[in-house]
Amino acid sequence: MQSQTYNYKVVRQFAIMTVVWGIVGMLVGVIVAAQLVWPELNVAEWLHFGRLRPLHTNAVIFAFGGCALFATSYYCVQRTCHTRLFAPGLAAFTFWGWQLVILLAAISLPLGFTSGKEYAELEWPIDILITVVWVSYAVVFFGTIATRKTTHIYVANWFYGAFILTVALLHLVNSAEVPVSLTKSYSAYAGVQDAMIQWWYGHNAVGFFLTAGFLGMMYYFVPKQAGRPVYSYRLSVVHFWALIFTYMWAGPHHLHFTALPDWTQSVGMVFSLILLAPSWGGMINGIMTLSGAWHKLRTDPILKFLITSLSFYGMSTFEGPMMSIKTVNALSHYTDWTVGHVHSGALGWVAMVSIGAMYYLLPRMYGKTEMYSTKLITAHFWVATVGIVLYIASMWISGVMQGLMWRATNPDGTLTYSFVEAVKASYPFWAIRVVGGVLFLTGMLIMFYNMVKTIAGQKAYEAPVLAPAGAHA
Amino acid sequence: MADFVSGFWNAWVMVLVFLSIAFCVFVLVSNTTKRTPGPVGLHDHVWDETLQEYNNPLPRWWMYMFWITIIFAITYLTLYPGFGNNQGKLGWSAAGQWEAEQKAAAEKYGPIFAKYRSMDLNAVAGDKEANEMGHRMFLTYCAQCHGADAKGAKGFPNLTDSDWLYGGDPEVIRTTILEGRQGMMPPFGPALGADGVKDVANYVRSLSGLANDSLRAQRGKEIFTQNCVACHGPEAKGTPALGAPNLTDKTWLYGSSEATIIETVTHGRTNRMPAWKEFLGEDKVHLLAGYVLSVSKNAAAPVEEKK
Repeated sequence: MQSQTYNYKVVRQFAIMTVVWGIVGMLVGVIVAAQLVWPELNVAEWLHFGRLRPLHTNAVIFAFGGCALFATSYYCVQRTCHTRLFAPGLAAFTFWGWQLVILLAAISLPLGFTSGKEYAELEWPIDILITVVWVSYAVVFFGTIATRKTTHIYVANWFYGAFILTVALLHLVNSAEVPVSLTKSYSAYAGVQDAMIQWWYGHNAVGFFLTAGFLGMMYYFVPKQAGRPVYSYRLSVVHFWALIFTYMWAGPHHLHFTALPDWTQSVGMVFSLILLAPSWGGMINGIMTLSGAWHKLRTDPILKFLITSLSFYGMSTFEGPMMSIKTVNALSHYTDWTVGHVHSGALGWVAMVSIGAMYYLLPRMYGKTEMYSTKLITAHFWVATVGIVLYIASMWISGVMQGLMWRATNPDGTLTYSFVEAVKASYPFWAIRVVGGVLFLTGMLIMFYNMVKTIAGQKAYEAPVLAPAGAHA
Repeated sequence: MADFVSGFWNAWVMVLVFLSIAFCVFVLVSNTTKRTPGPVGLHDHVWDETLQEYNNPLPRWWMYMFWITIIFAITYLTLYPGFGNNQGKLGWSAAGQWEAEQKAAAEKYGPIFAKYRSMDLNAVAGDKEANEMGHRMFLTYCAQCHGADAKGAKGFPNLTDSDWLYGGDPEVIRTTILEGRQGMMPPFGPALGADGVKDVANYVRSLSGLANDSLRAQRGKEIFTQNCVACHGPEAKGTPALGAPNLTDKTWLYGSSEATIIETVTHGRTNRMPAWKEFLGEDKVHLLAGYVLSVSKNAAAPVEEKK
């Protein structure tokens, strides 16, 4: 047993592609942000905002975020189960299959092939490929859990497991569609049911893809990097189960004040509020893990990334329940505030925790423990943080401004501002957003350089499988 | 309630909502521990060399926060619809609130608009206050197509010139806004053939003194007489009752280039002005009609001088 090594190859592949797809996805984000400021940039139909925007969301969520989740879950599940990855052939297939999905998305979305469902725009043949890859992923992950050498399953794996199972369910139900040709299909649902299923999917994609999965990442890399035990096992049990139970209900808050029945809107709102504590449980457990090692934050930029990500996680999971309250939603809905909220989660939480994890992971894939340059990691951290702050703050201001302008009325009851006046007033903030996005993208380019320098001249490495210790033995 | 096709789904939703909240209470209660003095124990499981877990109790403030949201949820679902088809103690509904707000708004703002209703449209057009209100409504409801300056765009008529598809009589303008308009020019491509269409296009251009192939225009005149006069009239001055445009006035809805006219004749045009009677009501439309009239009057004067 001792001579066996962990399967690092698939982890390495996904880790490198995380950085690559991060740059691609964020570059598209910068382009669409710039198109809102300079509409002349909509140069051709396949470079139009309407086609690039879904490319941006798909690239950052499923290509960048997805590769980060694959890489870290494969790394974590092997090392915490003290066994080599189950079904290595299938694991390799998940890598190449997932890259093919991304490639097909990058081609089909600009060409205008779309099923028109937000965050699930890909057409049915790609949906089927996703299903096959995802089932393989589940086999590899749960196969590794089943063949573990430890008695207990480490907390990170609960979250990764919940993420894999739920995303499979969400994808299958929401993507049920009737194909009419190779490139076109129609949803199996109609009207408000279709909208409800779409947002049940959409919000749980946030809840399980972008939250549960990344909490799994947090539970491995934060205690590892901090060198401290997890703050509370009990808290992790409570917030895990509460999170899983309540997230499923939160979707209707995307459809406040629509044709959705009143009861559904109410249920969506109250469960979004209940979600606050379970969400914060993860933040507390992560940040408190650092207690006794706060000084490390000063010198360790990887910890800076991880802990800042948890702060943004806490902030956006407070903001979310607040925005789900109907009274607040009446102001915030359809404005840039929503866009800002999403990005405080996406850039602040998802991207930052992934970046921190990748800086931990990449050198270890080549038998080292440090990146080429720690100074460049620090530079990346500050550039990214300033970028996020500019992005979120500008969207808050423009969002609240839009909401107030849309509802302002004259003494005779007519609207004070026409729609286009609110658009005009948003321009300066959209320009600031571009600056924020460019800064965040710059950080990723710094990371790419650091990664290349770290890898250059190094041989791929596989660490030996360790024997379980402590009470597992 | 019409939301459910049978009582089963209603019960199903109730059970799930109840169980989900009950589960939150269960995990919270079952993990509430008495605070014990002394150091917190470290679990004896170790993963991957260093990963261990303390077993700190749940933070008190966090538990209180969790309880508050749960109690809020139960209270909210008691007061408002949310527990299956239970309407809630307050009897609130989104539709009910909307109706009440509409009613309140009608009572508050209705008289402001109603007072102009009996005023002649030409008088409304000359009333400063009425025009300001009309302008605000125009920016909200009309500017998307006709432009903030009311000068229109391709396919959307310019309202500031003195040219009217359906006639510029104040009452007609009001009717246009109230009932909407369906404009339809039938396609002549199949009937005339590409050459015939080009001939007609050249004739149409000649009508307003634009450069044209005189031979084609001559042939086009004959085709025009046979096919187009029914709507556009023998002198091509249009028929306002049908919305058929005057082709001699140098005002173009879709454009005057030969290519555009060929496109229009070949494929025809379908256009629609939506009806606002239901949405805005007659009082507001009256003000809007007055505003449109004023825009046309004010802008038309200097144009007339030029002619």
